[in-house]
Amino acid sequence: MSGKPPPRASGATPMLEVDRVSAGYGAVQALSEVSLHVDPGEIVTLIGANGAGKSTLLMTVCGAPRPRGGRILLAGEDITGQPTHAIMRRGVAQSPEGRRIFPRMTVQENLLMGAEALVKGDPAPQMEQAFALFPRLKERLSQRGGTLSGGEQQMLAIGRALMSKPRLLLLDEPSLGLAPLVVKQIFDAIRLLNQQTGLTVLLVEQNANLALRLAHRGYVLVNGRITMEGPGRALLARPEIRDAYLGGGHG
Amino acid sequence: MSPAAAIRDAAIAAAVAFGLFAMLVGLRTEIGPQSNLILRQRWAAVAILCAIVFLGRLLITWWLGRRALRPTTAAGPWTARLQQAGRLFAPAMLALALLLPVLPGVGRYELDVGILVLTYVMLGWGLNIVVGLAGLLDLGYVAFYAIGAYSYAIFAQYFGLSFWICLPIAGILAAFWGVLLGFPVLRLRGDYLAIVTLAFGEIIRVVLLNWTELTGGPNGISGIPRPTFFGLPFNASGDPDSFAGFFGLEPSPSHRVIFLYYLIFALALLTNWVTLRLRRQPLGRAWEALREDEIACRALGINITTTKLTAFALGAMFGGFAGAFFATRQAFISPESFTFIESAIILAIVVLGGLGSQVGVAVAALVMIGGFEVFRGLDEWRMLVFGGAMVVIMVLRPRGLVGTRTPSIALGKRRAISGDLVGEGHG
Ligand SMILES: Nc1ncnc2c1ncn2[C@@H]1O[C@H](COP(=O)(O)OP(=O)(O)O)[C@@H](O)[C@H]1O
Ligand SMILES: [Mg+2]
Repeated sequence: MSGKPPPRASGATPMLEVDRVSAGYGAVQALSEVSLHVDPGEIVTLIGANGAGKSTLLMTVCGAPRPRGGRILLAGEDITGQPTHAIMRRGVAQSPEGRRIFPRMTVQENLLMGAEALVKGDPAPQMEQAFALFPRLKERLSQRGGTLSGGEQQMLAIGRALMSKPRLLLLDEPSLGLAPLVVKQIFDAIRLLNQQTGLTVLLVEQNANLALRLAHRGYVLVNGRITMEGPGRALLARPEIRDAYLGGGHG
Repeated sequence: MSPAAAIRDAAIAAAVAFGLFAMLVGLRTEIGPQSNLILRQRWAAVAILCAIVFLGRLLITWWLGRRALRPTTAAGPWTARLQQAGRLFAPAMLALALLLPVLPGVGRYELDVGILVLTYVMLGWGLNIVVGLAGLLDLGYVAFYAIGAYSYAIFAQYFGLSFWICLPIAGILAAFWGVLLGFPVLRLRGDYLAIVTLAFGEIIRVVLLNWTELTGGPNGISGIPRPTFFGLPFNASGDPDSFAGFFGLEPSPSHRVIFLYYLIFALALLTNWVTLRLRRQPLGRAWEALREDEIACRALGINITTTKLTAFALGAMFGGFAGAFFATRQAFISPESFTFIESAIILAIVVLGGLGSQVGVAVAALVMIGGFEVFRGLDEWRMLVFGGAMVVIMVLRPRGLVGTRTPSIALGKRRAISGDLVGEGHG
């Protein structure tokens, strides 16, 4: 139950604008003319089945693979075709699919690596922010990343992404393989983060039910094309969505 | 383990042994009386070997229990002790190395072995940057050793440049080739990277072998200038402009050996110092992050290209330094010194030492190269002994002798974190 979407001043530049972007790998066309936008302070979710192209979209925003067509704008600036590290330096952070924390490094080192290449100055404030969101991380500070539970690893991945003080946070399936209770904890943290700091979030999910409840707006991706869009609640109420992603019945 | 299971286990071991020995021992070609090839079959020997394996496996499982052979990454008793004594261990080794030339009973032979060991310590530390820290499997490291050696030889021979000028040139040229190798392999990882680097090592060797005008081909380059003590040559003349004469010493051939010993000692320490410094800096941390997870590195805005290229360049540079040292010490080099087996030995040192551990690499170099010398009397059995020893070590300690890593960044207390419990990370 997120609050009202932040009022969109007409003509305000979106934080992220994906404009008719196509992308793929070799002969595989994973995205076809995808357009979406995320306004500052918004949580937007992109839902879709396995292989729909959700991860490809996040990766394309980050610069690899390069789009085959279309434009990507970050806060109005064209970032199409820039190398990944340059894009991340402009205030994008990502918690990748499968979490991908550094297994042999401690929790603390993992967190500090998040700030390492992207921000100068003392990382302590972001660290405190991560601990406030996920107190569990503070307890595990000197434990190796590889020995954390799946949920803790996801918390670490998000905390690590926050270390670079991003303007736009990209989350790729944070609920993947986690128990419902842990997923709720993580989604609550994302909501809290958005409400308290106004951080803009693009959330990629297969768990349509939870994602659409959390997000202000949502897009549905099918075979590399956007087929539906609208406010989270409204999408949740549509029968096509209920049948395709929520297994009908409950809700 | 129940007796039945133990017997089945031993039978499997014997079957594996049969698979290996059937071809290696069972069949043998020999020159017959009419100088024709005849095939001799030795199935009795195979049977005996398999029986030994069967019984040995059975005894091990029964007496020690199966646990004893289970690979462990937990801090074993001797790692724990090494960790405790760690603070003393490294300085003690350092002191021993420093004092070796003046210790009683240390003669020319011991110093030569010491020089050899230190050369491999340095090569191990150099490769450790690439393989241990950055996690880029490089099977062609010997190429940079060769480039350093030939650079020194050629620049010293044709241009008459002194060792101290050639040394940085050799390092820079090797680093340049490291970057050149790095570019095409930027997108490769693991086995593919290994194959390309292996090919690179062979290409360099074949070029050295065939570019006869420059490298002398298979005859190599001889008469390479020996090092001087900052301009003072080591010779028996006793002239005031020779080392012995200048310092008013009795001329002795051991002066040069001692000088060479301290030279490689200093070069190895330089490698170690640079590595330790860099490990605590953004570049070193980026290398380690790269080893752990390349995709995560990209997501964190680390520039993968520069991170990989600097690892290749620095590793290659130290290989080049070691090569220049090798050339001046031997006074003769040929492509034969730079075969794949050298790469394999250096890689084995890094892996045995525990991928990333400086102390581990030094110990592994001492054990491997020192061991080679100690067991010289065993002739061709030497390789067998060492192959066996390596298999045993890797079975018992898959993460190498010192499979621990100290966090490079920590607020407050620093703790060594061993490989216990960490598989490859369940993520
Ligand atoms: N590295 C890759 N190389 C080739 N094809 C890929 C690669 N990654 C993804 N694909 C293909 O692109 C399509 C979209 O994949 P992905 O973006 O991972 O989907 P999602 O994240 O929605 O499950 C799939 O058909 C997948 O097989
Ligand atoms: Mg995906």
